[in-house]
Amino acid sequence: MIAAHNAKRMYRFDLMQRLVARLEHEEAVIGGIGNTNFDLWSAGHRPQNFYMLGSMGLAVPIALGVALAQPNRKVFAVEGDGSLLMQLGCLATVATLGPKNLAILVMDNGVYQITGGQQTPAARADFVAIAQGCGLSHAAWAADETDFERQVGHCLETDGPHVIAVKLDDQPPVSQTERDPPQIRDRFMRGMGAKRSKLPG
Amino acid sequence: MPDAAEDWPDQIYALLKEHDIRQVALVPDAGHSRLIKRCLADNDIKVVTLTTEEEGIGMLFGAWLGGEKGVLLMQSSGVGNCINMLSVPIAHRTPLPMIVTMRGDYGEFNPFQVPMGNATQQVLEAMGTLVKRADAPEDVAPTVNATLRMAFNTYRPTATLIGQRVIGAKTFGK
Repeated sequence: MIAAHNAKRMYRFDLMQRLVARLEHEEAVIGGIGNTNFDLWSAGHRPQNFYMLGSMGLAVPIALGVALAQPNRKVFAVEGDGSLLMQLGCLATVATLGPKNLAILVMDNGVYQITGGQQTPAARADFVAIAQGCGLSHAAWAADETDFERQVGHCLETDGPHVIAVKLDDQPPVSQTERDPPQIRDRFMRGMGAKRSKLPG
Repeated sequence: MPDAAEDWPDQIYALLKEHDIRQVALVPDAGHSRLIKRCLADNDIKVVTLTTEEEGIGMLFGAWLGGEKGVLLMQSSGVGNCINMLSVPIAHRTPLPMIVTMRGDYGEFNPFQVPMGNATQQVLEAMGTLVKRADAPEDVAPTVNATLRMAFNTYRPTATLIGQRVIGAKTFGK
């Protein structure tokens, strides 16, 4: 395990681009509320991307439901630190179930960036230690961009559940996701092969 | 013929099978214990015990996105934990059937159960949920069936509230 204080502060949009570039088998990505899913969107829409416009904290539970429904597909939950703090218990739920196809990516900038950059009440918390304490033994901080890519590759190639945590810099998101929840849902279900329709999406 | 007064959890289980429910998310309640046992014994149903009911709203939404049907089992107090998250099935137009065992409803002994139990139906309806009550054992199965059908056919949150009159008021040994 790499200690959090040694992890380089990285650019969220750059990491999203690096993540998406590694996905070659229609892996699902659940982008958490706010700037997290904005940068997933900005990295280039894929039919297997889901963008959360609300329900702060539910990226991991949503990804869990998808992962249970489709055990042969890798599913990434991309969740901010502030969001994860709202549902820390879900890490224990995931650890207990142990879905092999689920990976959790924690985007830790230490602040509620979208509401003005106020600090979270977790300045002394270590999300990797929390995940490991819940029983998620495959959890590690990404030291830098190269290490992040290595760990994403590890998630894709080996059984999980995995957790990758990254420290972020304070750069804002590149653009914002289009806000049409039924359309986001419909596109994603088609991307999952869960909705079949003769009509175009 | 089995007595409906005792058999209603088994009837719910049969309905879950009939509707091809594959994911059951729950925070345990004594009133659901027999149904939970039946689900745990079924290899075709993934039973997930949650740390809070909100998780279940997300998980069952994910299940639907991935092509599986699910149901949320909880106690009336858990409904209060779900309020904001009920936005998920409303905003996205997705099914969310809930089967709620009531406390604070009929002959309750614990004062702390009464405020949420008394508000359960109003809270759910305020958040756009279609709510039906079952206050007699023989009404449970048809009401749950209606709740499942309305959820999956009309794409919205729905709930059956199983009254304390059906479950029996807990006394904790009194």
